[in-house]
Amino acid sequence: MDRLKVKIGNLELKNPVMTASGTFGYGKEYADFIDLNRLGGIVVKGTTLEARQGNDYPRMAETPSGMLNAVGLQNKGADYFIDHLYPEICDYDTNIIVNVSGSTIDDYVRCAEKLVALDKIPAIELNISCPNVKEGGMSFGISPKAAAEVTKAVRSAYTKTLIVKLSPNVTDITEIARAVEAEGADSVSLVNTFLGMAIDAEKRKPVLSTITGGLSGPCIKPIALRMVWQVFHTVKIPVIGMGGISNWKDAIEFILAGSSAIQVGTYNFVDPTITMKILDGIESYLDRHHIQSINELIGNL
Amino acid sequence: MKKMIDFEILSNEKLNDQNHLLKITPLNHEKLPQIYPGQFVEIYVPNSKSTFLRRPISINFVDESQNTLWLLIQNVGNGTAALCASKIGQKLNIIFPLGNSFTLPDNQNKRTLLVGGGVGIAPMLFLGKVLKNNGFVPEFLLGGRSASDVLQIDEFEKFGKTNITTEDGSLGEKGFVTHHSVLAKQHYDKIYACGPKPMMVAISNYAYVQNIECEVSLENMMACGFGACLCCVEKTIRGNVCVCTEGPVFNIKELTWID
Repeated sequence: MDRLKVKIGNLELKNPVMTASGTFGYGKEYADFIDLNRLGGIVVKGTTLEARQGNDYPRMAETPSGMLNAVGLQNKGADYFIDHLYPEICDYDTNIIVNVSGSTIDDYVRCAEKLVALDKIPAIELNISCPNVKEGGMSFGISPKAAAEVTKAVRSAYTKTLIVKLSPNVTDITEIARAVEAEGADSVSLVNTFLGMAIDAEKRKPVLSTITGGLSGPCIKPIALRMVWQVFHTVKIPVIGMGGISNWKDAIEFILAGSSAIQVGTYNFVDPTITMKILDGIESYLDRHHIQSINELIGNL
Repeated sequence: MKKMIDFEILSNEKLNDQNHLLKITPLNHEKLPQIYPGQFVEIYVPNSKSTFLRRPISINFVDESQNTLWLLIQNVGNGTAALCASKIGQKLNIIFPLGNSFTLPDNQNKRTLLVGGGVGIAPMLFLGKVLKNNGFVPEFLLGGRSASDVLQIDEFEKFGKTNITTEDGSLGEKGFVTHHSVLAKQHYDKIYACGPKPMMVAISNYAYVQNIECEVSLENMMACGFGACLCCVEKTIRGNVCVCTEGPVFNIKELTWID
C-alpha cells in the first residue's frame, strides 16, 4: 500500500484521497456509508473561534453539474469542537484536519492556538476563501498582502502542518499562492468555491438569501484544474487540488496537474461512497500503468 | 443505519396530471430495515442531464408484506419529471431511511388528526397505518385545490375516517383545511401536518391557540439529506438546525412560526 503514500509538508497521508471542508461534516455523517479509516484525510467543517449560526435559508441552489451554497460557516465554535466533536472522531485511523476561519487575524490566531494542543489534529487548513461571510473569509484570500498577513500570524502560533486554502475569485491565483508560501505555509489547497448567483425567473428574486453564493461541483473542474496547474508551477510547497472531482479519473487529472493530494467535495452529496470508488480507481490505474508510486504522477504531464 | 442501495421499480401509477406513485423494492431482495413514519429517501435521478443532486422524497407507505416502499412524486421540475417518467423494471439508487419521525401520542385514548395538503399527504398514509397498528384511531383531513388534487383517498380510508376540503369545493367541504367543520366539532389531542408552508403555518397557529400538540413535516431544499452540507436549515428556538437530520418532523413549539 506504500505506493499510495504522499506527503504534505511533514504530514504523511496513507493515500491522496481527502474530503473537502464543508462537504463532509465531521466525518461521522458518512460512517454508515464508508470506512473512514481508508481515507487519506478528512478536512472537517469550517471552524471559527465562536459559534456561528450561518446565513438564513435558502442557502442552496442546484445548477447544471453543480450547486451554489451560502451556508456561511455555521458551526458551534472551536471550544465545542474540542470538547464534543474531537473526542468522537479522533480515533479514526486517518488525518483529521480542521478548517479554520475567522473575521479578524486575531480570530484565526486564537482558533489555531486552541487547535495546536490537540494531539490527533496534525494540521489545519486556513480558510481565507469562504465567499459567504460578510467579514473576513474571502477578503483575506483575494489580496496577496492580506493573505500574507494572516498566514504569517497563524504560522507563528501554529507549529504543525499549515495548509492555506485559496480562493479562485482572483485575477492571478499564483500571486496569492506565492504570498502564503513566503510566510511559511506548508501547503496550499485549491480551489474553494467560485462566487456565483442564481435567480428565480418566476419570482424575479435571487434564490439565495445572501444573493450570491459559492459555486461547486463538476462545472468548476476545468477552471480548478487550470489553477492547480498554474500554482504547481509557481510554488515549491505541495499543492492539494480540488474542484468538482467526481470520479477517479478527475482525481488522476488533478494529480497530473500537480496535486500531491486531492479533496473530494460536493460529489459526496450525490454519492456518499464516492471517495472509496476514487481510491479503488486510482489503485487500478496504478496497476494498469505499472506505476510504483503515486508520487511519480504528481505534475507529471 | 443509513444505507445506499439499488431498488427496482415495480410499478409507476399516474395519479393525476402532476403526481405519480412509484412502488419499489430492493433489487437484491434484502429485507427493508425498520422505517418510521415521517422518514424520507434521497433518490439519484437517472436520465436527467440538468439534475445534479439527489431528490429527497418522503416515504408514502411501507408495505412490509411485499417488501416495498411507496413514493409519491410530484412533477415540479426536471428531476421529478424524470422520476415520474421512469419505467417498470428500472433501477433507482436510494439512500434511506433518512430523518427523524413523527412521535406517537403517549396513550391510545388520545385522538389524532393527520392533515395533508397536496402532495404533503404522502407521509400521512404510513403514519396512519402505524397509528392504527398501535391501537390509535387516526382521522385524516386532506386538502387540495380541487378534487383531482386529493390523492389516495381509498388508501386513507383503510386506516381511518377521511375528511376532505378543496379550495374550489369540487370535493368535500369548500375552503382550506383549517376551515373544515370537523375541527370545530371534534376535539383532537394531537395534530400532524404536512403540506405547503402557508397551510402548515395556519395549522400550527390553530393548534397553538387551541393548545393541541402538533408536529409538522418540513420540506426545505436539501443537497445531501444526511447532515453534511447544512443547506436545509430551519430557524428554531435552538438556532438553525438541519431539517434532514433533526427533522423533517418538528414539534411546532420548536419552530419560530407562531404569530
